[in-house]
Amino acid sequence: MKARVAIRLTVAVYLLVLVGLPVGFLLIHTWAGGASAVWRSISSPDAVHAVMLTLETAAVVVPLNTLVGIGASLLIARRRGPWVRVLDVLVDIPVAVSPVIIGVSLVLAYSRIGWFGTALANWGLRVIFSPVGIVLASLAVTLPYVVRSTVPLLREVGTDQEWAARTLGAGPWRILWRVTLPSVKWGVTYGAVLAFLRTLGEFGAVLIVSGNVTGSTQTLPIYIFDSWDQNFDFLGSFAGALELALIAVVVMVILSALQRRERKLHAHSAL
Amino acid sequence: MVTSVNETPAVSTSPPTVRSRRLRRVVSTVTAGGLLSTYLSIIVILPVVATIATGVGASPDTTSGSWWPGDWVWHSNFSAFVDAIGAPAAWHAIWLSVWLSLLAASVNTVMGALIAWVLVRDRFRGQKFIESFVDIPFALPTIVAGVVFIYLYGPASPVHVNLFEAWTGLFVALLFVSLPFSVRTIQPVLVAMDRDVEHAARTLGASPWRVTRSVIIPSLVSPALAGFGLAFARCVGEFGSISLIGGGIARTTTASTYIYNLTQGFLWQGAAAVSTILLLISVTVLTGATWFAASFHDRRAL
Repeated sequence: MKARVAIRLTVAVYLLVLVGLPVGFLLIHTWAGGASAVWRSISSPDAVHAVMLTLETAAVVVPLNTLVGIGASLLIARRRGPWVRVLDVLVDIPVAVSPVIIGVSLVLAYSRIGWFGTALANWGLRVIFSPVGIVLASLAVTLPYVVRSTVPLLREVGTDQEWAARTLGAGPWRILWRVTLPSVKWGVTYGAVLAFLRTLGEFGAVLIVSGNVTGSTQTLPIYIFDSWDQNFDFLGSFAGALELALIAVVVMVILSALQRRERKLHAHSAL
Repeated sequence: MVTSVNETPAVSTSPPTVRSRRLRRVVSTVTAGGLLSTYLSIIVILPVVATIATGVGASPDTTSGSWWPGDWVWHSNFSAFVDAIGAPAAWHAIWLSVWLSLLAASVNTVMGALIAWVLVRDRFRGQKFIESFVDIPFALPTIVAGVVFIYLYGPASPVHVNLFEAWTGLFVALLFVSLPFSVRTIQPVLVAMDRDVEHAARTLGASPWRVTRSVIIPSLVSPALAGFGLAFARCVGEFGSISLIGGGIARTTTASTYIYNLTQGFLWQGAAAVSTILLLISVTVLTGATWFAASFHDRRAL
């Protein structure tokens, strides 16, 4: 019994100091200069522009990677062969690789000094130091999320229901829409939400490919970094950080509320 | 109403033969696989290949404007790779990243096992509150953590702990970002664990400590290793949360910060060379840990 209480206390203290203290500090200390100062800071043109650019990036990245993620999950979970295993490994690369390396690699491939930069320039396309680069970097780092949350579910639900639908005469698209996708809905949603959060918060990769131009290619994380590192604007960085943290919290709360409602609906239909 | 009775399902007018269905399956797989491979190539594979090639000193002259690498004039300069890697600052940064990550991942593997145990086997007031802390490092953007740490543990620390420009500051940040991995790999295994074996061991006279040592811990080795690999990979590449508290001096420059500094000086070849080494390290440790975890799992299954 004594050991149990000791372990409980160790864990509680560790989590409170490591996570609770910084988060509580962010939530409280941002308001030290008053609410109006925080409001002035987050409504400044640079801050608003950073938020808009971040949300616009997410609006492109999340739907695209969700779609690609569903396709990749279906291939990985439902098809066999050596190339499927290769695909499985390749999808995971961004997890194993530092975001800084992702940024460097995109520059080395698509900037003016990179492999395909000259060809892209001939086409009049500027990828690096532009919003296109930010989107590309976000796509690269968020690729694994939907796949990782959907493949295990696809394997778990199996193919029995798909076969049943097929024997009843349903075509492949109909099976996909009516049987397969509904059964992995939560995996896809969870992955898409994680991808959204990662896009909002991605820093290293975007910092390198964006060129960090204030009011032009500055996303919210980079605005936070710049406020602290270049402009010594403590309030600006903290207000931005709080904004980002609040978006993350709201998204997580909505997700868990949806999940609870879904579980309740299931319980009803089971009765 | 009447027409619906006469309606016949489309399938019965021309039933698809087994062969046509197989053909359709092959065509759809090849199309989807091809599209996906192209997508993966553009956003990940080609850039990483370009990084490794540039890192080891291969540089193409692309002024012809062609897309095809075969049309480019290639130069190779392997000594540039050796120079970039051989720089004492580069070694220092890589070594710092490796030992700090090993340390942080080890501490969090042990703490992660304890946290998972408390969350699954213990019941107390405020448990749900404690549990909600575990996922925060996943959801919180790294730069947010970075800004909070530089203020909380910086020169103006309100708790009077100044870790600015010290390895301990980097260490705390790494502990924070790698916290969820071990907890989330060990927790499901503990939930699924069969309590009967433990009860049997207890009835046979084993002490609680003996049960922990001989029954619980062995089954946690596999998920703990998997969590360790993920945590290490995360730490060794971490940038956002440590970029500020490190303070930009050589002593606390980690590998990812070193790469970033090189890019700020437009030293892309050097950045690519160090990236290649860092890539090699994280891929080796991650696949090694995953492989050990799998083989340990299989041996126990026998």
